[in-house]
This record gives sequence, structure tokens and C-alpha cells, in this order.
Amino acid sequence: MIEYGGKSVYGGIAVGKIHLMSKSEQQIVKYSIENGDDETERFEAAKKEAGNQLAELYDKAKKEVGEANAAIFEIHQMMLDDDDYLDSIKNIISEQHVNAEYAVGVTADNFSEMFSSMDDAYMKERAADVKDISERIIRILTGADTEKNTSDEPVIILADDLAPSETVQLDKNLVLSFVTVHGSTNSHTAILARTMNIPALIGVNIELSEELEGKMAVVDGFDGIIYIEPDEETLIKMRKRKDDETEKQKLLQELKGKENITKDGKSVLVYANIGNVKDLAYVLKNDAGGIGLFRSEFIYLENKTYPTENEQFQIYKKAAETMAGKRVIIRTLDIGADKQADYFNLDKEENPAMGLRAIRICLTRPEVFKTQLRAIYRASKYGKLAVMYPMITSLEEVKKIKAISSEVKAELDEKNIPYNNIEEGIMIETPAAVMISDMLAKEVDFFSIGTNDLSQYTMAVDRQNPKLDEFFNPHHEAVLRMIEMVCRNAHKENIWVGICGELGADLELTERFLEMGVDELSVSPSYVLPLRNKIRNLDLSK
Amino acid sequence: MKEFKYVVTDPEGIHARPAGEFVKAASKFSSDVKLTKDGKTVSAKKIFGVMGLAVKQGQELTITIEGPDEDTASAELEEFLKNNL
Repeated sequence: MIEYGGKSVYGGIAVGKIHLMSKSEQQIVKYSIENGDDETERFEAAKKEAGNQLAELYDKAKKEVGEANAAIFEIHQMMLDDDDYLDSIKNIISEQHVNAEYAVGVTADNFSEMFSSMDDAYMKERAADVKDISERIIRILTGADTEKNTSDEPVIILADDLAPSETVQLDKNLVLSFVTVHGSTNSHTAILARTMNIPALIGVNIELSEELEGKMAVVDGFDGIIYIEPDEETLIKMRKRKDDETEKQKLLQELKGKENITKDGKSVLVYANIGNVKDLAYVLKNDAGGIGLFRSEFIYLENKTYPTENEQFQIYKKAAETMAGKRVIIRTLDIGADKQADYFNLDKEENPAMGLRAIRICLTRPEVFKTQLRAIYRASKYGKLAVMYPMITSLEEVKKIKAISSEVKAELDEKNIPYNNIEEGIMIETPAAVMISDMLAKEVDFFSIGTNDLSQYTMAVDRQNPKLDEFFNPHHEAVLRMIEMVCRNAHKENIWVGICGELGADLELTERFLEMGVDELSVSPSYVLPLRNKIRNLDLSK
Repeated sequence: MKEFKYVVTDPEGIHARPAGEFVKAASKFSSDVKLTKDGKTVSAKKIFGVMGLAVKQGQELTITIEGPDEDTASAELEEFLKNNL
């Protein structure tokens, strides 16, 4: 067994034989021609045929992968009709008295060079598009076989790189996976792989020797590895993973669009927790009803200095738009304790879990806080946002926060910047907040219970100390009673209450939470479907 | 001659697909449509030219239109940019 690593552009497992797709290196022969007009005519005919082929590919791609992904073939047609491109070819033919193939080849090199030299990863990729259309014309001119035959059984396609026109010509039923030596995450192969739901790896440093043809392989699109001639153990492990994935897909098909309702009619919202905008795709893929916890820290942790209002606005806007009207609850920054960003210049603390963190930083550095709130409010116009504040321990804190958010809104009003009056909630993650949840409930629109911190503060067990594992009981009755109390107090004031900590995904507790009246459970995207399945099979009346 | 300026707000800038759509929109008119960025001017009717500008978010474009239908072209293209880029 030999394994090669690469960059995964789409997850999934594929098991099958390798099929090498080598680009038939087109050797362009240069020769002199007598009559430039005849040669130009020959070129025009080939160009016309190329246009027809692209139009067909566009229709095929539109049916198979949707209009947005098919658009590239429309762009290819435009490139084919671009005067600069055509004039260059025709000039070379008439001035240098050379054959059309050579003129197209030289022009392709010049134009793709223009893109390759651009200081922009996406534009660099477009060099491949120019080469793709030019090679098509050359193939037509030379009468080369355009058929890219794959075998008649499904295979893992292994290639140096694939042009969009090559991927679309493949029979999709016979492709298990794409693995390429080159290519980028912006390449059309990557985009098409995602649309086709098949695992794909790029940047795999493998020598494409003929010996690989027909060999058994496994592509692990989750970890970005291809195993050639896998051993029994790997094969079993990967097959199991593939089955789990299939099971998940089946669950998804069953649950998609259905309500999360128990057999006796109790309904509950199931949302997802995310720690980066990159996770939005997983949220949609797992059909979550919204985002119950958007950990905004990543914006701060990934930066070398305080992120600007605009940077943050773009991120929140993207989340709001992507979720298209589903609720997105943004938790304001929870820096401190185990999450440190150097530019915050926080002192080293003896007891960071109980130190200057989260809302305490926001209240001592209101400018940082206001920047974030302004960005959130501005983005509120683009979807259904809500905001929640972490580490609350007192009523005074909530009142201070509300005063600051009113200031932010007044400033936006003054500048005529539109925003929505979004829901404002708090995290209940300290025993203090639990005990005064009746008072807090009068001040806010919702509660979200952070069970990780609540458990550690309640049991006085540091969760980062593995030696304390035996003293940590995730199902401790004290914590469960606290959750029950919070639910009661929330409902008395007619506000809703959710759980966004790890306990929310604990299927052994789902029934108990529902009995307590928890309105929303927010879990990692991968837990959404199992949890929804669990809820639909519960009967609280029994 | 009509002229207006536009600052691109799309986070991805004018990449392939919108460039194609813009070229399509500009080609509907018989007027000459030109795009200028940082002193470099290209025809808005040619895909290589438009993509070659590599316009990114926050960059300012000057659009110049000259010809018989310049008024409608100017209005429609400004609308197009606002809605798409």
C-alpha cells in the first residue's frame, strides 16, 4: 500500500480502480503556407465548430450541474469570439505565413501568460480556460480524436490537471472521484466535484506512470489521502466510513425539510454551532434550521490586529445571506481564558477561566464592543440575525450592554444607516446567571445555555485538566436542575430558551431536555441529523 | 459622451462570470463602451480586456460611453453594475 496526501476539495470516500487521464500532449507542428486567406478560412471553420461544441457542452453542463457552474462554457464562447484573440491568430497567419494550429498555439501562450502573471489566485486559474479553448480549436484543426473514453465501470480519475471541458464530457455515472496533481480550490474541477458530490483531491504529488492504470485505490476526501493498493485493514476502515456517510445521506433525504417534532407533537428547533464562515456549507449540508451559536472569535483570532467594522460586516452579511432568512445567532467575542489574541494585550492570569474574558473585556473596552455591534446591526438588513452576549453574571451587566447597543443604534440612525431591531439574548453559563434567571428574563429576548462552562463552574472541575476526569460527571443532577430552572424562568416571561453547549448533542438527554421545555438545541453540524432523527422518534407521553 | 464612476463592492471583484455578464450587457449597445482602471483602458465588449483588468473589491472603475444610444447604455450599465457588482 502506498499513500499520497493532497488537498481535499470535497469530502467523501471512493473505492475503485484508477483510470489515468493523460492529456494527449498536442505536438504543434509549424509549417509555412502558401495562401493566408485559405488558412484563415480553415481557422474560421474550426472556430465555428469549436463554438458549436461549447454550446453543446453548456447545455449538457446546465442539465448536469446547474446554470451557475455551466456559465464557464458561456465565458469560453465569449473568449472564442473575442476580437483581440481572433485578430492575434489571424495576424500571425497572414503576417508570418504559418499554419493555423501554430497561430492558435502562440496566441494561447500569450493570452494565458497574461492571466498567469496576474497577482490574483482566481485570475491565474483563468490561464487554463484560454488553453482549454485553444486546444479545442487545435484538436479540430488537426482532426484529433476528441473522445475521452473512460472504461465502462466506475473509476477514480487520476490526471495531471483537468480542464472544465474534460470533466463535463465524462460520463458522471462512471466517475467515483477526481484526483489531480495540479489544480486549485478555485478550479472548475473542484467546483464540479462539489456539485457532483464526489470526493476530489488536488495537489497530490504522484507520478502518473502507466502502471497505475487499473490499480485498486481508495480516495479519502475527508482527510485528503489516496491509498493505492490499500491493505485489508485500510479497506475495511474506509468501507465503514463510506457506509456511515451513506447512512447519513439516507437520514438527510428522509429528514430534509421535515419538522423536528416528537410523536406526541412537541416541536423543537435544531440549529448548528459554527466557528467560522467556512462552516456555513456544513450547516446547509446537514439541513440545520438555523445557526444557534456563531462563535465570532475566529475573526479576532485569525487577525493580527483588531478587525475593522467593515471586515466584520462582510462576514456577518455573508452568514445572514447564506442562511437566507433562517435565524443566525451571533455571539459577541469570547476572547480570554483558553482563546488568546496577542494584540488584546491581556495580562497573564492565575485563573483565566474566571478572569478577564468575553463580556468583561467588552465592557472594559467599549470601543471594541461597539465596533462589533455596529457590524452586526448593519448586517441585520441581509437576513435574520440575532445577537447574544457571553459570560453574564449580573443584571447590571445586561443593563450596561443594552445601553451600549442603544447607543450604537442611535449612531446608525444619525447616519441614516438601515438596520433591523434584532433579538438580543444572553448566554446562561454561570451559576449566578442561573440563580437570577427570573430577573434576567425580563431584560432579554432569549436565553442560550452554555453547558460547557456551566458544568465546569458548577462542579468546580477544570475541564482542561485530564486528571480530573473521574470527578466530572456530564450528567450531574445539579447541572440538569439548573437547566430546568432556567427553562421555567424563561417561559414565565415568555422568552425562548436554547442549549448550545455539548450537552445539547447528548442523545441520552434529549428526552429530558424536551420535557423541561427547551425550545432550541444547537449542536455541531454533524450532530444535527442524528439529533433530529432522535427527536422524531421520541414520545414524551409515554 | 457619457461617463460615470463605479466602485466595485462584490467581495470577489469582477471575476469570470460577472465579467462575462457585463460584456454581454455592454455588447447590446451600438455605442462604444470603455472601462478604465488605474489608467488602463479596455473595451467593455471584450472578455479578455475586462478580465485582464482584474478588478477587485473597492477599486474604482470609470465607464465611458460614446455613440448613438449612449444615454440608455449609460443608465442600464450603471444599473447593472449596482445590482451585480
